[in-house]
Amino acid sequence: MRRYPRIGVLALQGDFREHRLMLESVGAEVVEVRLPKHLRDVSGLIIPGGESTTIGKLAREYEIDEAVKEKRKKEGLAIWGTCAGAIWIAQRIIGHQQPHLPLMDIAVRRNAFGRQVDSFEALLEIAGLNTPFKGVFIRAPEIVDVGSQVEVLSRYQGKIVFARQGNAWATSFHPELTDDARLHEMFISTAKN
Amino acid sequence: MKKGTQLVKTGFAEMFKGGVIMDVTNAAQAKIAEEAGAVAVMALERVPADIRAQGGVARMSDPKIIKEIIAAVSIPVMAKARIGHFVEAQILEALGVDFVDESEVLTPADEEHHIDKWPFKVPFVNGARDLGEALRRISEGSAMIRTKGEAGTGNVVEAVRHARSVMKAIRRIGAMRSDELVAEAKSLQAPLELVRYVHEHGKLPVVNFAAGGIATPADAALMMQLGMDGVFVGSGIFKSGDPARRAKAIVKAVTHYKDPDVLAQVSEDLGEPMVGINLDTLSEEEKMAKRGW
Repeated sequence: MRRYPRIGVLALQGDFREHRLMLESVGAEVVEVRLPKHLRDVSGLIIPGGESTTIGKLAREYEIDEAVKEKRKKEGLAIWGTCAGAIWIAQRIIGHQQPHLPLMDIAVRRNAFGRQVDSFEALLEIAGLNTPFKGVFIRAPEIVDVGSQVEVLSRYQGKIVFARQGNAWATSFHPELTDDARLHEMFISTAKN
Repeated sequence: MKKGTQLVKTGFAEMFKGGVIMDVTNAAQAKIAEEAGAVAVMALERVPADIRAQGGVARMSDPKIIKEIIAAVSIPVMAKARIGHFVEAQILEALGVDFVDESEVLTPADEEHHIDKWPFKVPFVNGARDLGEALRRISEGSAMIRTKGEAGTGNVVEAVRHARSVMKAIRRIGAMRSDELVAEAKSLQAPLELVRYVHEHGKLPVVNFAAGGIATPADAALMMQLGMDGVFVGSGIFKSGDPARRAKAIVKAVTHYKDPDVLAQVSEDLGEPMVGINLDTLSEEEKMAKRGW
């Protein structure tokens, strides 16, 4: 038996390489997912940062969205969306019509912190972590509303930036751009159970 | 809260990886690009093929066009400033542009100095023909590098030359002994710390895109297989017969660049490509890649 589960990183577009390096640094085996067949042996899937409209369109074009939904329903695939990825898995995207895969009972607002000139770094308090985590926010979305099954794990300036629903996570920020692998380790253990 | 840090700038560029950035000249084209799956648009008054055809001094676009394009799409908007023209860059930053391309496609404003990019909150992308040029731009604060290629020609040969030159030099430095790096930095005319980064990581410290002459899905996939992180398409889309279809095909080709079955499928029946220019017919003064140093 493998010590770590195999984790997929959706590699249609965006900073999937950073997620892969982060996961590998803590010992996970990583599969880049570009087509439904690449999902076969993974127990968790990370949707990276990137452009949410591009990722959504490409995922629909090659029916990856349906395959992810199916795998989650049947096998309880763990899922974590960062920034664009969080938008993709949100139930509702305020003010935009774009292809997505509603897996989490959250509503998001795109570019809620402004354009690129307003992108920023800030230390975050995250439930379950003893010390602050460096949050990198890039044209970041805000989680504006969460359903009753969803826990809020972090807020910044009152805005929800980290939410969890069972083994589905959404973060507005980019842990993969830091050298802090704590959240990736937590995700791996989520995907294992 | 810290804004405009180097991490926030280079991290933003990381988000474009595996994506296509398209030149657009109005809001309607920007919407077509967004609909096709572009990760960003480059707002321009004229695409490079027209700049080439019409001649004259090419400058930053009218802010009105840029504002209309920003209002029309939800994806990031880039715009070009002339080499060394830091006031055009200040204006673009004030307009809320997400990335500034200090571009050789426009007529250079300074023949000695590039823009000092560190004081800006907006990130910059710069063209480079070789590794020394790329590292000099990064040392000036650039957060993203692209090949220069030869814009507005629909001919990929120069982009290939520049991509190969950069990647070959990266591999060569990776194989060096660490005591050889000082001499290498001197010969590249690049800062030692950046040469050392390349030696240790086997890549540039920022993302590296292809640009200048890409006209087909196969061109885009070729650049990806040569090790580029993503692709800029300038005149290649809106100077072709069916821009929406071609744009979508190039987006798919960049994602599935290693999969010839997908490439064959997306290359089919795209209508007329842009006509293109054989570079042997261009005089040295007509070559945009020579601008910048």
